[in-house]
Amino acid sequence: MFYPDSFQVSTPTDREIQVTRDFRAPRQLVFDAFTKPELVRRWLLGPPGWSMPVCEIDLRAGGRYRYLWRSDADGTEMGMGGIFREIVRPERLVATEKFDESWYGDEALDTTVFVEQGGITKITITVLYESTEARDTARRSGMEHGMKAGYDRLEELLSSM
Amino acid sequence: MELVGNASARLDTTFAALSDPTRRAILARLASGEASVSELAAPFRMTQPAISKHLKVLQRAGLISRDRDAQRRPSRLNAAPLAEASQWLATYRQFWETSFQRLDDLLDEMKTKKKQ
Repeated sequence: MFYPDSFQVSTPTDREIQVTRDFRAPRQLVFDAFTKPELVRRWLLGPPGWSMPVCEIDLRAGGRYRYLWRSDADGTEMGMGGIFREIVRPERLVATEKFDESWYGDEALDTTVFVEQGGITKITITVLYESTEARDTARRSGMEHGMKAGYDRLEELLSSM
Repeated sequence: MELVGNASARLDTTFAALSDPTRRAILARLASGEASVSELAAPFRMTQPAISKHLKVLQRAGLISRDRDAQRRPSRLNAAPLAEASQWLATYRQFWETSFQRLDDLLDEMKTKKKQ
């Protein structure tokens, strides 16, 4: 399981969260999977038990995107969306993000970079919040909207940080 | 809103305390039971004052508590702030991890289709 092992979540600065992962596929395919609604809604679902009834992507600078997730169990919905600021196919996406339920009010800026080397595409997603409080609150409110992970054991935390 | 601010500041303190490998190793050691400064210093090849400094940071972050009265002043793990920090990152990790595993399958399918 080499490719899942490449998965990393970090907090490079006090206003950012960064996710990286390698995929065994050409960059163009990975880029398509991130930007074509019929593909995005098949994988961007988080833990089992959620579907994505709304997935709209207007892939151009100034274009909007809109995602809505729904829990199979109790119908709980969670939505988010934003505006694309920059699109360099198939290398780079910059877009704002705002969750419907966010009570921190601010938008965050997502930058996704696709780099291919030797048939492996590495993606890096960096979410930049307006403040540390916004970052922590955003993740906290996400947590409270149903995607409960359960408490990790201490060793898992230590190995992941 | 004050509650949110407090919670956020608390997470900052927790993450700052966790940012050091020695402090993480100390916590891992304390997860299996309380220990005195000298017991903690031994495996790390560090002086007791150096360990004491780390313990102070962990104590300020609420990650450990220390017995005031006993002569050994053993340190013990406080699980609550750790669980909060852990859950915060764990939820984020879990969302992406499970999504990316699905994306692996989807990309395999896309590659196969492309070849046909």
